[in-house]
Amino acid sequence: MKHTNALGIVPKRKKGWSAFKKYLPIYFLALPGLAYLFINNYMPLPGLVLAFKNFNVRDGIYGSPWIGLKNFEYLFQNDAGYITRNTILYNLAFIVINTVLAITVAILLSEMTGKFKKAYQSSILLPYLISSVIIAYLVYAFLGTDNGFVNNTIFPLIGKEPASWYTESGYWPYILIFVSAWKSVGYNCIIFLATIMGFDRAYYEAATIDGASKMQQIFRITIPMLKGTIIMLTLLAIGRIFYSDFGLFYQVPRNSGSLYNVTNTIDTYVYRGLLELGDIAMSSAAGVYQSIVGFVLILGANLAVRKLDPENALF
Amino acid sequence: MIKTREERTFQVVANIIMALFALAAVIPVILLLISSFTSNEALVRNGYSFIPVEWSLENYEYVFLSGNKIVNAYGISFFLTAIGTVIGTVITTSLGYAISRSDLPGVKVMTFLVFFTMLFNGGLVPTYMNYCNVFQVKNTFWGLLIPSLLMNAFNVMLVKSYFKTGVPDEILEAARIDGAGELRTFASIAVPMAKPIIATIAMFVGINYWNDWNNGYIYITSATNLYSIQNLLNRMQQNIQFLVQNNAGLTSANVGLSNIPTEGVRMSMAVLGVIPIVVIYPFIQNNFVKGITLGGVKG
Repeated sequence: MKHTNALGIVPKRKKGWSAFKKYLPIYFLALPGLAYLFINNYMPLPGLVLAFKNFNVRDGIYGSPWIGLKNFEYLFQNDAGYITRNTILYNLAFIVINTVLAITVAILLSEMTGKFKKAYQSSILLPYLISSVIIAYLVYAFLGTDNGFVNNTIFPLIGKEPASWYTESGYWPYILIFVSAWKSVGYNCIIFLATIMGFDRAYYEAATIDGASKMQQIFRITIPMLKGTIIMLTLLAIGRIFYSDFGLFYQVPRNSGSLYNVTNTIDTYVYRGLLELGDIAMSSAAGVYQSIVGFVLILGANLAVRKLDPENALF
Repeated sequence: MIKTREERTFQVVANIIMALFALAAVIPVILLLISSFTSNEALVRNGYSFIPVEWSLENYEYVFLSGNKIVNAYGISFFLTAIGTVIGTVITTSLGYAISRSDLPGVKVMTFLVFFTMLFNGGLVPTYMNYCNVFQVKNTFWGLLIPSLLMNAFNVMLVKSYFKTGVPDEILEAARIDGAGELRTFASIAVPMAKPIIATIAMFVGINYWNDWNNGYIYITSATNLYSIQNLLNRMQQNIQFLVQNNAGLTSANVGLSNIPTEGVRMSMAVLGVIPIVVIYPFIQNNFVKGITLGGVKG
């Protein structure tokens, strides 16, 4: 039997059927996974043409008549503006706030010596593992109009009238930003913490000898050294800015109609169009809009990352 | 090391801040837990509270005694999570191994096919059409198991890079020289060496299945006996929402509400929904943290 030699170079004449036969078991290993990607990710792609058609069930996806960009015209004259605004602004707020909180937590944990360190980290990571449905229950326990904790206990204490949380859209930007931070800070701080742990302690020792205070060390050593990671993670998050956490925006506001203007993102819009309103034209147009802009943003973000630090680029 | 005054002050302040963060993270879960042990009457009369007027086991009694729906949903959740985790981990690991073999003819094309799914996807509408029209998964167990959750490119890439860096070619080569076939080399040399990453992937996949409500929501529309615990919780909340929105108030909807579990029962079911996660959490936490770090910036 011929193998790749010790240098890992495949002998050139090993081609055609004999090579294929040798590697057959490995193709066999790859097959189920590739078949799944084919079914789950590639087979649906031709369905994108739906966005350019006037869909009717009788003619199906391919038989329905073409209508060019009509669906998009309609989408952009109506809903595209506010769902894009919601998606992007929430994501920007999440990026800024969650990053600042995650870095704060990571720095505190890294500098901490006490016995509670582990308990703190376990606690803040827990919310990340809870499903959106149950998060919605948790939020409801606090914000329920008739018997929520806030209306029944906190507001009477500070002398405020009960609020109708699930119908007043003004509260929701704050609630969603809070819930997002609650859910993801524990997760986001892990990468920062691991990065800080990798820093050379010699810098800190030298700084201590020079008489630098703890705060000075944090602001002059830790944060500047984290800069690369922060920029990288932020760029990658910007690459995904057209996608939103469907569970957060759909479950937590309990699909309340009077909140749509501040809770509807592209993902929830596509979902509602398809499964609640049966408006497949709008839904598929918004979906294509998201796929294409999302694709461009990911490519752009990756290009930027590759310029700064090729190691961290996706490709 | 001698602790300076500044160091001590810092430790105290840091502890206070972190304690507040930790508290904020767990308090909602604690409120949920307490309200599940509150009598429903107290819950309705006095609202959710950390110090209930009346403790009670009635909610759990109701759940366990009258709810075969709940037991069924729990069973579906466990079954789905078990099957999904096993299949998902196996196909992720095998594909990751295959594309880690840079000597494999066509490996570049295969890697690209995996990778491209991370950059571009058709979105919900075409995916839904494909699963419903071509594969007819609606109202079948397949609808819970297959769409989107079974495998994702990100996990495949994680496994691939682990095999590339953590399992040296020389060892695989040595196994082959000793006469082990490709499959044998994979199963008895490569896989055992990649145990840490495989455990991490299994955990990611398992948590996703346990927490998933989306597939059930989209694909299980009438076969309510296929509801997972998440879907059951979701459905109850929606039914209530529907009644509230279509009636002046809860009082006039009492007739309709009679077959919807009470507030307290719903909270105890939500507790049952998180309990498996909380129970395995101490065992998976380290692995979880490692996995996120492995994914690194790309996560």
